[in-house]
Amino acid sequence: MSSSTQNQGLEELIGRRYAHGFVTDIESDTVPPGLNEDVIRFISAKKGEPEFLLQWRLKAYRHWLTLREPRWAKLHHPPIDYQDISYYSAPKAPTGPRSIDEVDPKLLETYEKLGIPLHERARLAGVAVDAVFDSVSVTTTFKDKLSAAGVIFCSFSEAVREHPDLVRQYLGTVVPYRDNYFAALNSAVFTDGSFVYIPKGVRCPMELSTYFRINQAKTGQFERTLIIADEASHVSYLEGCTAPQRDENQLHAAVVELVALRDATIKYSTVQNWYPGDENGKGGIYNFVTKRGDCRGANSRISWTQVEAGSAITWKYPSCILRGENSVGEFYSVAVTNNLQQADTGTKMIHIGRNTRSTIVSKGISAGRAQNAYRGLVKILPTAENARNYTQCDSLLMGARCGAHTFPYMEVRNPSAVVEHEATTSRIGDDQLFYCRQRGLSTEDAVNLIVNGFCKQVFRELPMEFAVEAQNLLNVSLEGAVG
Amino acid sequence: MESIASNPPLLQVTDLRVAVGGKEILKGLNLTVRAGEVHAIMGPNGSGKSTLAHVLSGRDGYEVTGGSVTYLGRDLLGLAPEDRARAGVFLGFQYPIEIPGVSNVYLLRSALNARRSARGESEIDAARFLRLVKEKARLMQMDESFLQRGVNEGFSGGEKKRNEIFQMAVLEPVLAILDETDSGLDIDALKVVANGVKSLRSAERAFVLVTHYQRLLDHIRPDFVHVLAGGRIIRTGDRTLALELEAGGYEQVLAAANP
Repeated sequence: MSSSTQNQGLEELIGRRYAHGFVTDIESDTVPPGLNEDVIRFISAKKGEPEFLLQWRLKAYRHWLTLREPRWAKLHHPPIDYQDISYYSAPKAPTGPRSIDEVDPKLLETYEKLGIPLHERARLAGVAVDAVFDSVSVTTTFKDKLSAAGVIFCSFSEAVREHPDLVRQYLGTVVPYRDNYFAALNSAVFTDGSFVYIPKGVRCPMELSTYFRINQAKTGQFERTLIIADEASHVSYLEGCTAPQRDENQLHAAVVELVALRDATIKYSTVQNWYPGDENGKGGIYNFVTKRGDCRGANSRISWTQVEAGSAITWKYPSCILRGENSVGEFYSVAVTNNLQQADTGTKMIHIGRNTRSTIVSKGISAGRAQNAYRGLVKILPTAENARNYTQCDSLLMGARCGAHTFPYMEVRNPSAVVEHEATTSRIGDDQLFYCRQRGLSTEDAVNLIVNGFCKQVFRELPMEFAVEAQNLLNVSLEGAVG
Repeated sequence: MESIASNPPLLQVTDLRVAVGGKEILKGLNLTVRAGEVHAIMGPNGSGKSTLAHVLSGRDGYEVTGGSVTYLGRDLLGLAPEDRARAGVFLGFQYPIEIPGVSNVYLLRSALNARRSARGESEIDAARFLRLVKEKARLMQMDESFLQRGVNEGFSGGEKKRNEIFQMAVLEPVLAILDETDSGLDIDALKVVANGVKSLRSAERAFVLVTHYQRLLDHIRPDFVHVLAGGRIIRTGDRTLALELEAGGYEQVLAAANP
């Protein structure tokens, strides 16, 4: 007998397969790879957009041409060939589906496989879903009930057609196309996404949810989401994402803009599970996303909750501009990286108004050879009398070959501000695992228990329906990370 | 103890040899524990007491180089730590581990259900579980707020030890190995811990108390006291042996054993 115990080795358990890696065999209209003004005109024409939007896209494109890919993040990847990406792919259909019955059954099947049944009768009670497949929105459920409340929830393309004034009024006001490299690219080529408008005084009667799916090879996904919460309204929104397993990297560069007017609340939750690549780092989604909320009115509140488990690379800083007096910004994040995944994620809280408050709780988990960085900025402007920020940044390491990094930036230009920062780094210890196993838990259950305990502060911010999903996702993502 | 001497052994350790980092710590240890018995293992620092506790519970880093351990007729050393636990082996840790964010009751329910499922039983229902943990918390004179706190998170040394016995009381093991549970306890905490152990004594259950001092044995009367030194049990007696050790120290006993 060589050993008295059967502890499974650190690396042995690695390797639960990505569950969403299948490809849907469906005929698609896909433009050949390449980016130029004609492609942008094609996308705009395909969507029957008004002239102002085409001009906006072209301005964004011309600005993008003057920019260079940002290199400041703690991320490494080969150069992205933007001419080798197809900027538009849509399942072939004579015209866009008007109702669920017109949707290609193969697409419905895809969403069934993902656990997102689109048939309304089978829906989770109280969650309306917009599903985006490659470049187009497939269907939005529960439209009637929502419109009875005056809520607009539709694909971005439809919003451009049906509510052009709202789009024109708000598009690019939170994330201008000049904001950064990927925002400029997105502004030029975005294809679809979700649009939400909650009228004054309305509490959205159900959770809203968008499900993004990349299917076609060699395509990028560039969706654009715009949520406007008018005065004293309230909305909770969730997005989920998956992609097939492919050997090449695929680009996802989304922009999300949130506008909260006086007394309005927006709660935005993300469960991101894009294909992360295999255990050798082959394939996976490059996720370069710009998300920002503008607390434009007094007493408004924007809360970001994210569970980032997928993608080969995550570059994402959901931020809040706290313009209105007494406005509140929150960021709750769990970022998990395993194998060769890289994440550089965090938030920016820009305090402009008086008595603005922000909370940042970031939980980074690294396993395998992954690198996980938190990057955050807390900026208190001279006008932000009595601003408050609390930041907590915790890292959990599994094994000895991964890394956790924290880059907190603080810029305080008003002496009345109170800014607190706490950070910890810990390792899932063999001692903790053994303790749990001695109580009868398997190694896997022990890891899940410890990780879920670590993430609890963030999970409890998720809508109930998704907290369990997020927990399970995390368990799968880390399966085998520790033995 | 005469009445139970005929019970088949619960735990049979035969000529056990264990090395750590190539150095032999246990050098042919023999121990027979029957249901209903309480055994105290005493000995000087470095004699191998904790090594024995760890090997029996399946901790990594110990190389068994010879001998065997049979538990309820099975090869204990062939089982993973969790399988030993599910079969009723409980280790009270000398240094209980903190698991931040995981509530005490959550760990306990997972642990209890793991055992139940190994026995082919269904998960315990929430109301019954709550009644059970509240009852055991009272027994251990633990405030109910302990139940919702993170496992050992920010507990004092005494609270951690008390929590170990509380867990044991909920899990109701067949064989409980308590590794220096008495160390670092003040006299009141020691009584609470001892009461917890006594309340669990039964004809079906056995205890192995690894301890440095005999004061715990004032409260829990062992059936056997073993002196472990140099990796072997060099003397076995009844509880008067503990008193003898207390009076004369280990050196005297060691000298008598190795003339």
